[in-house]
Amino acid sequence: MEEVVVAIALPGLLAGLVSWWVPARAAKAVTVVAGVSSFVLSLALVSPVARQGYIAAGGLFRVDSLGLVFLIASTFVYALTAVFSAGYLSSPAGEGGGAFKGGGAGSRYGPRFLAGLNLFGWAMIVATMVNNLAILWIAIEVTTIVSALLVSMDDTDGSAEAAWKYVLIASLGLGIALFATILLYDAGTGVFGPVYSLTFMKLLSGAHRFAPETVRLAYVLAVLGFGTKMGLFPVHTWLPDAHSEAPTPVSAMLSGALLAVSFYAILRYFQIAERTLGAGFPREVLLGFGVASLAFAALSVLAQRDLKRLLAYSSIEHMGILAIGASFAAPVAIVGVLLQVLAHAAAKSTAFFGAGSIWKRLGTKELGQLRGVVGALPWTGPMLVLAILGLSGLPPFGIFRSEFLIVDGGLSSGGDWPAAILVVLVVVAFLGLTWSSTKAMLTPAPEGTPVVRAEPSGLMAASMLVALVVLAVLGVHVPGDLSHLLARAAAELRAP
Amino acid sequence: MMPASPTPFAGVADVAAVLVLLTEMAMLRAPMLRSQVRLYAFQSLVVTVLAVVVGATHHLDTLYVLAAISFLLKVVLVPLIILRMLGSIDADMAGSHSVGVATMLLIAVATSVFGFFTLGSLPVHESVLPGAALGVAGAAILVAFVLVVLRTDVVSQAIGFFAMENGVSLASMVVAPKLPVILDAAFLFDLLVAVVAFAVLMRVHHGRNRTLSTSVIDRLKG
Repeated sequence: MEEVVVAIALPGLLAGLVSWWVPARAAKAVTVVAGVSSFVLSLALVSPVARQGYIAAGGLFRVDSLGLVFLIASTFVYALTAVFSAGYLSSPAGEGGGAFKGGGAGSRYGPRFLAGLNLFGWAMIVATMVNNLAILWIAIEVTTIVSALLVSMDDTDGSAEAAWKYVLIASLGLGIALFATILLYDAGTGVFGPVYSLTFMKLLSGAHRFAPETVRLAYVLAVLGFGTKMGLFPVHTWLPDAHSEAPTPVSAMLSGALLAVSFYAILRYFQIAERTLGAGFPREVLLGFGVASLAFAALSVLAQRDLKRLLAYSSIEHMGILAIGASFAAPVAIVGVLLQVLAHAAAKSTAFFGAGSIWKRLGTKELGQLRGVVGALPWTGPMLVLAILGLSGLPPFGIFRSEFLIVDGGLSSGGDWPAAILVVLVVVAFLGLTWSSTKAMLTPAPEGTPVVRAEPSGLMAASMLVALVVLAVLGVHVPGDLSHLLARAAAELRAP
Repeated sequence: MMPASPTPFAGVADVAAVLVLLTEMAMLRAPMLRSQVRLYAFQSLVVTVLAVVVGATHHLDTLYVLAAISFLLKVVLVPLIILRMLGSIDADMAGSHSVGVATMLLIAVATSVFGFFTLGSLPVHESVLPGAALGVAGAAILVAFVLVVLRTDVVSQAIGFFAMENGVSLASMVVAPKLPVILDAAFLFDLLVAVVAFAVLMRVHHGRNRTLSTSVIDRLKG
C-alpha cells in the first residue's frame, strides 16, 4: 500500500506540469485522468487504513484515518472539478456573455487554468498526507499562492480585487501559522532537545510534557492563522470575494476542499494542544471561533443577492459548524464533523457547479435577475435546488445526518447550550439560504420570454449528478468501510 | 546584587533586533515605494548578519547556509523583483496611508509595546539570543500588520507581509536556532514563490486600475 500513497501524490503534480505545455484538449484529458485516478487511489486506502490505522511511505508521508478523511474530500472535489472543468472550458459563452475571459480559439487560458488547477489539487493532497507540521504549512501556503493566481485568471475588476485581498489576508494568516509552528518547535525542545523533526507522532508522543504557556500561544496562533484560510470569523474577509469572483471550478475547489484542508491543519494542532493543556482550553477556543463564525454567516446569508456569494457565506456557516462540533467531547460529534467534511465537499461542489452552469447559460449570478432557471437548465436547475436543500441540512442528504450527529454529540457530552445555539443558527441559515435561492430557481421566466431548454455541457451536468448522488448516499447509508474509517479517525483525534 | 553586564554578543544581538524593528517603523513612514523596498532589503540584511553572528559565536554551521540563502533571496532577489515590477509599470507613489504619519507611528509604538511584553514573557528553552530579542521579534511582527493595515497601496502591503516574515525569521532564531536547515530553506523558497505571485497580482491590480492604490478596490462588499 505504500506505493499507492506515493502514487496519489504524483498525478496532480505531473498533470500540472504537462497541462501547461500541451494543447487545451490534451490538457483537459490529462486533468480528468489525474483527478479521477487520485480519487480512486485514495479510495483504495480506506479499507487498509480503517483496519490498521495508518500507512506510512518513507519519512515524508503518513496517511492515518484522520488524514484520509480529508484526503478523500480533497481528491473527490479535485476529480469532480477536473471533469466539470473539461466541460466548462469547452462550452460556449452564455446568452448574457457570462463566460470566462480569454477562452477563445488558440487562447492559452485553458492549459494555464488547468495547470493551476492540477497544482492546486496536488498541494491539497500533499497537505493531507504529509507527516510533518512544517511541511503541512508549506503545502497550505502553496495552495494559497496557486489558488490566488487562479482567482485572478478571469481578468475582471472583481477578480483582481478578490485575488489581491485573498493573497494578502491568507498569506498574513499563514505567517501567523508559521510563527505558531516555530513556537511549537520551541515547546518541544524541552523534551526532545534542540534538533528534532516536527512529525505528528513525535509531537504527540511528547506533547504531555511540553511547556503549557508556549503551547497555549502556539495553538491560539495556529487557529487564528489556519482559521484565516478556513474562513473563521473574524478573519474570513477574503472568502466571500474570492469564492464569488473566482472561475467556478476554482470556487468549488476553494469551498469544497481547501477550507477543509485548513481545518485539518487546525485539528493537528488541536490534537497536540489537548495532550499538553487538557481538553478545556483547546475546545473553548474552537467553540468561540465556531459560534462567532456560524452566527455571522447565518445572519449574512439573509442579505445576499449574488448566488456565489450566498454559497460563500454558507461555507463560513459550515466551517463554524465544524469548529463547534470539534469542540464537543463525544466521539459521535467528531464522527459527525468528519462526515460533514465529506458531505459539505459534495454539496458545495454541486452548488458551485450549478452556479457556474447558470452563469454560463444565462450570463448572471444575481439572484434578483434569475428567472426560469429550472426551465432553461432542465438538469442543472433541479440539481441545484436539491444541493441547496442538502446544504441547508434537509434529509435525506449527508449534511442532515452529520449535523444530527454533531448535535447529538453536543447534547450527550454536556454541551447543551452550544448545541442549542447551533440548532437555532442553522435554522436561521436554512431560511436565508433556501428562501432567496430556491425562489430564484423556481420562479418561471416572464411570459413571452422564449425559453431554450439546454445545458451548457453534459460533463458539467454529469459532475453535478455524481456529487449529488454521493451527498444522498452519505445521508442514507454510509458505506461500511467508510463508517469504520470515520469512527477510527474520531477515536484517533480523541486519544489521550 | 548587581545584575550581570550583557556580553558583547548579547549587546550586538539586541542592537540587531532593535534595528529590525526600527527599520519597520521607517518603512511605515517612507513616502516613496522604492525607499520602502530598499528599507526591506536593509532589514533582511540585518537578519542575515544576525544569523551569521549567531552561527559564528555558537558554532551553528546550519545558520551559515540559512544566511546565504536568506541573503540571496531577501536581500537581492525579492527587492529586485519588486523594483523591476515598479520599473516596468513606471509607477511610484508618495504618502499612501489612511491616517496621518504621526498617528501611524503612535499606533505602531503602542503595538510594539504590546508585542514586546506579550512575547517577551514566554519561557524560551533553547535560546542562543537574549530573551528580549523574542519580544522585539513579536513587536516587529505586529508592526508589520500595522504597515499592511494603514498603508493603502499594494506595494506597501506586500512589503508589510515580507517584513512580517523577517520578524518570524528573527523569532525563529531566538526560539528555534537549530530548526533543521531544510525546513528553513523550504520556508525561504516558499517566500520566493509568494513574492512572484504578489508581483503578478500587483501588476494585475495596476493593469486594471492604472494605480497602485488600494483605495479603488472597494467594489466587492457585503
